[in-house]
Amino acid sequence: MKARVHVMLKDGVLDPQGEAVRHALGHMGFGGVEAVRQGKVIELDLAATDKAAAEAEVKDMCEKLLANTVIEKYTIEIA
Amino acid sequence: MKAAVITFPGSNCDRDLSVAFARAGAEVVKVWHKETEIPAGVDVIGVPGGFSYGDYLRCGAIASRSPIGQAVADFAGRGGYVLGICNGFQVLTEMKLLPGALMRNAGLKFVSKPLSLRVTTTDSAFTSAYEAGQEIVIPVAHHDGNYQIDAEGLARLQGEDRVAFRYVENPNGSVDDIAGVLSENRRVLGMMPHPERVIENAQGGADGAALFRALTSVLESA
Repeated sequence: MKARVHVMLKDGVLDPQGEAVRHALGHMGFGGVEAVRQGKVIELDLAATDKAAAEAEVKDMCEKLLANTVIEKYTIEIA
Repeated sequence: MKAAVITFPGSNCDRDLSVAFARAGAEVVKVWHKETEIPAGVDVIGVPGGFSYGDYLRCGAIASRSPIGQAVADFAGRGGYVLGICNGFQVLTEMKLLPGALMRNAGLKFVSKPLSLRVTTTDSAFTSAYEAGQEIVIPVAHHDGNYQIDAEGLARLQGEDRVAFRYVENPNGSVDDIAGVLSENRRVLGMMPHPERVIENAQGGADGAALFRALTSVLESA
């Protein structure tokens, strides 16, 4: 079973890297980019076969390591 | 007074921090990251600067969950003194021993230069040898020193007099110009600037020496 975790800065937390990407896109002629937010994708191969159990386990991983919930939010996809 | 200095793979200020403690009169033991216990009789733990575990995932994240990380958290939980500098500050916020988080510098650049700090509180074992409002010059060298905390947490830090140092000129976008913060029991200090790099004039300044001197004298009389 595979899990994919998306980690993003919470809304309202300034993303300096996203801002730099937005500026660069503007310089390159891509007008109309109003905001860029940059995040991470983490893919996990899991031995678990039960979807609900896998999701609960990955949520625990997110809370304890994969995301810093002071500034980051996450979403989990299980496939 | 006995100080333990932790070395993670990628730490690069552990030697300087050991020297700073030793010059202030402490006996210093180095502790490798794979160890699971802090040696007996240790009064203070130093978590040094550097790039622990290559800053993978987030700065300080892997170190804070390492075997010795748990021992540091337990030591602090028992009321032990802990000083985290630069990457060490990041590690302590990742451990939740200190509130808030350290993000990429607002200007995106790595900032490496001496900076003026204002001593915001003298009410701690780390800052008692300074005068309130005193300006000191301590170097910074970091890419992720942008201290952020929610409004409620910030109000709490301010109300409880837990901001230890503020930048005179903010180099990284930190909220309220914060350069260092104390834990609720005032025994854990995290700061981005490097006091261990200015302990004698041959280093271009000695404003950091008073921090180690104060700590040694408080812990020796304890």
